Amino acid sequence: MTTVIENNQKNDRLEVGTPLLEVKDLHVEFHTRDGIAKAVNGVNYSVSAGETLAVLGESGSGKSVTAQTIMGILDMPPGKVTQGEILYRGQDMLKMGNEERRKIRGQKIAMIFQDALSSLNPVLSVGYQLGEMFRVHQGASKAEAKAKAIELMDRVRIPAAKERVNDYPHQFSGGMRQRIMIAMALSLQPDLIIADEPTTALDVTVQAQVMDLLAELQAEYNMGLILITHDLGVVADVADKIAVMYAGRIVETAPVHELYANPAHPYTKGLLRSIPRLDQKGQELYAIKGLPPNLLKVPAGCAFNPRCDVATDLCRTEIPALHHVTDEDGTELTGRRSACHLWKETLHG
Amino acid sequence: MGRFVARRLLQMIPVFLGTTALIFFMVHLLPGDPVAAMWGDKAPDPVQLAALRHQYGFDKPLVGQYLDYMGKLLTGDFGTSPLDGRQVIDKITEALPVTIRLALFAFAIEIVLGIGIGLFAGLRRGKAFDKGALVFTLLLISIPVPVLGYIFQTIFATNLKWVTPTVQDSNDLTQLVLPALVLGSLSLAYVARLTRTSIAENIKADYVRTAVAKGLPRRKVIGTHLLRNSMIPVITFLGTDLGALMGGAIVTEGIFNVKGVGNALYHAINLKDGATVSGFVAFLVLVYLAAGLIVDLLYAVLDPRIRYA
Amino acid sequence: MPDLTEKKTAGKIPAQATVAVAAKPEKPRSLGSDAWHDLIRKPIFVISALLILLLIVIAIAPGLFTSVDPRAGDLRNHYLTKPDYTHFFGADWFGYDLQGRSIYARVIYGARASVVVGICVTVGVTILGGITGMLAGYFGGWIDTIISRITDIFFGIPLLLGALVILNAFTSRTVWSVVFALVALGWTQMTRVMRGSVITIKQSDFVTAAKALGAGTGRIMFKHILPNAVAPVIVVATIALGGYIATEATLSFLGIGLQDPTISWGIDINSAQKVIRTAPFALFFPAGMLSLTVLAFIMLGDAVRDALDPKLR
Repeated sequence: MTTVIENNQKNDRLEVGTPLLEVKDLHVEFHTRDGIAKAVNGVNYSVSAGETLAVLGESGSGKSVTAQTIMGILDMPPGKVTQGEILYRGQDMLKMGNEERRKIRGQKIAMIFQDALSSLNPVLSVGYQLGEMFRVHQGASKAEAKAKAIELMDRVRIPAAKERVNDYPHQFSGGMRQRIMIAMALSLQPDLIIADEPTTALDVTVQAQVMDLLAELQAEYNMGLILITHDLGVVADVADKIAVMYAGRIVETAPVHELYANPAHPYTKGLLRSIPRLDQKGQELYAIKGLPPNLLKVPAGCAFNPRCDVATDLCRTEIPALHHVTDEDGTELTGRRSACHLWKETLHG
Repeated sequence: MGRFVARRLLQMIPVFLGTTALIFFMVHLLPGDPVAAMWGDKAPDPVQLAALRHQYGFDKPLVGQYLDYMGKLLTGDFGTSPLDGRQVIDKITEALPVTIRLALFAFAIEIVLGIGIGLFAGLRRGKAFDKGALVFTLLLISIPVPVLGYIFQTIFATNLKWVTPTVQDSNDLTQLVLPALVLGSLSLAYVARLTRTSIAENIKADYVRTAVAKGLPRRKVIGTHLLRNSMIPVITFLGTDLGALMGGAIVTEGIFNVKGVGNALYHAINLKDGATVSGFVAFLVLVYLAAGLIVDLLYAVLDPRIRYA
Repeated sequence: MPDLTEKKTAGKIPAQATVAVAAKPEKPRSLGSDAWHDLIRKPIFVISALLILLLIVIAIAPGLFTSVDPRAGDLRNHYLTKPDYTHFFGADWFGYDLQGRSIYARVIYGARASVVVGICVTVGVTILGGITGMLAGYFGGWIDTIISRITDIFFGIPLLLGALVILNAFTSRTVWSVVFALVALGWTQMTRVMRGSVITIKQSDFVTAAKALGAGTGRIMFKHILPNAVAPVIVVATIALGGYIATEATLSFLGIGLQDPTISWGIDINSAQKVIRTAPFALFFPAGMLSLTVLAFIMLGDAVRDALDPKLR
């Protein structure tokens, strides 16, 4: 069986629409001294070339753990993958050896982290860290690597790149640091980028710039993008489809505009209602009652039921499957699924 | 950077003055008269005593003596010992090379073994090697130097006869192995623990996660990213330790009969030879301050974040 | 679904839509009780704590462990008599020394000197260093400069050397002479730790908040900063305790620390040097006891540090 890398070398860039990554029924647990925390409980999603998938959820929903499992950087004790497959270009990465996975990491699938200041090595220059990818993976010389680093910095629009290539991370502003992280991620033109809350630590105007940059680069290199965030506002412009996660499960997926217009899950509905709106001035802000569940003791049945306004007895006993969502006359709406027993009422009611 | 150095140098001056003054007054306020001691058990001849005291300036008030002393110091004259009339600087240059050799040897041991053990323990935190290393270093710290010295001497020299029990010729490095081991053992334990803690902390850092996410091979993640950051506190400790090694080897030098600085100081203090003590200490303080300065500079080199502070 | 748009409740701040993970169902614990909770479960802590307790009892009431007089030497009958290991707690359990004195009795009575020196020096150094460090760290400015320079000066004197010089000034040296010497030379170590800790804590938001609420300097220093800054000081102090015991023994070993008639393990180690070939037990027992004591305190310090350090969890 030829390895994934060899396959790639034959047909480098995929056509738009070719599935790049498929996560199938993934289950990840953490063994802590207080018990077993079920962080990911049966997650399914996929991303194709040129497509942006936004994964939405609160802290503790399992979105970052899924991403780190895809990358293979999760600490394996105490973490443990108990079930599932992660298919990259059709091959299950979980069954690959460490070396093979390492070759994919960074070169084919790259990750951008939330806090660029702590995610960049403080004692090495940004030029070094950017050039490292070329030196290590492509055998470039120091001079070549530096030249490429400057090129990358230009590409992500960092002013005076040539003068600043020897500067250290703490000498840049937050927005520029995040761009350096982006540059580092796409240095070897990967197929897929996973961005874990890339703009959470930035202020709003910088957020917009960074998101624009990401969108631009994605289009240029035809990359897949998984955007992990808890911020509904950021997602609306950039994403093609959204997967909403709660307590380690996907509770709803939909193309972006349909999700905003017609959510099919009470949780999604609650999230959308919580966004403060200008025309609500003077009124009390809405918040979903209760708190996210303790992953050591996930509620029986649908994990959201304690906080749900329309929960029935069925919700408290039976875990809902990810139903296909149809419109009023029964035709399946493509790409729409909802893990709710009452999805019909939620969608149409 | 230049301003940083200049500032540190300026800071060193009051410290140097303060420490030498402190030692000077402490030593000279000791009861006992070194000049009178030159007569041994016999009663000193009053005329000669007065003459000698005048020669050494002991009849001046203490502050006056101090000023004389500082004045001479600035011209490189570390004083004269009233006990044997020798220049202190000669005593220093006699004892110093021995101590330097011993200190550097111990230093090398503590660096290689200390960092090596600490690195492996930190990477395998909680596992067998780590626990073993913790116990081992704990023992090294707990067993006091005299005891350790005797244990090593008995086992390796007396029983196994691998090395000589005391140092006859300090130019022969094999003879310095035991004292260097004993001297370095305490520091080795601290270096190992410090390295271990630093590595265990840094391995969880975000930038290590990024390095792994970049697909870098493990040895690059550890060798370049992890070590560079983890070594910072260790190197600062090593810097001050070298200064300490130079001056604190009294017990080790005693057990193994090494004629170094510690030994000379010990005898001088017991014989109440204030001039020698002050001279040696002034010299040691200079060494210590220089080591501190180098450590600060090294720190700035290693950690770019503080360079522009 | 209840319609909240009708209500007008001005001034209330509702919970955010994005909330952090739920806290554990039990009562939240302070750092101190959290640390204690951890410590009790660590075997190292329990063992060393018990050992230390035993040592303290031995120090306070040596008579409980032996009825023999440690200073009574019978040269004729007991010169370097070998130990009788079956005679538990007997006068000859560890044998006799050069002067015919029971080594076991001397080991028992020697605990007092070490324990007293260790505890007193640590307390003295912590109080002195703690106060100066707090002042330097909190007020900054010229107070900090002066205190820091003084600290630097004392740091330039190697501990052993300084102790040698100071102790030489005493004609008769008791436990308190040694305590004085070690405190006088060692307080700066605590100053540095406390100062660093205070400087870090001083910048916390809760301190600014306290100031904004009009809290006075004393209140801020003692109620707000001190409890938070004290952890590294405790860690260093517990570990240093072991070091001070070792230093006292070393000084006594060099002949410059405690003297007869005070009983110290260091003195015994010194006198046992001469007969190490023929009577190794004379060195072994006081040395072993000393090592065990230092070990116990350092283990305790280690356990305390691991419990108080949130980063190493």
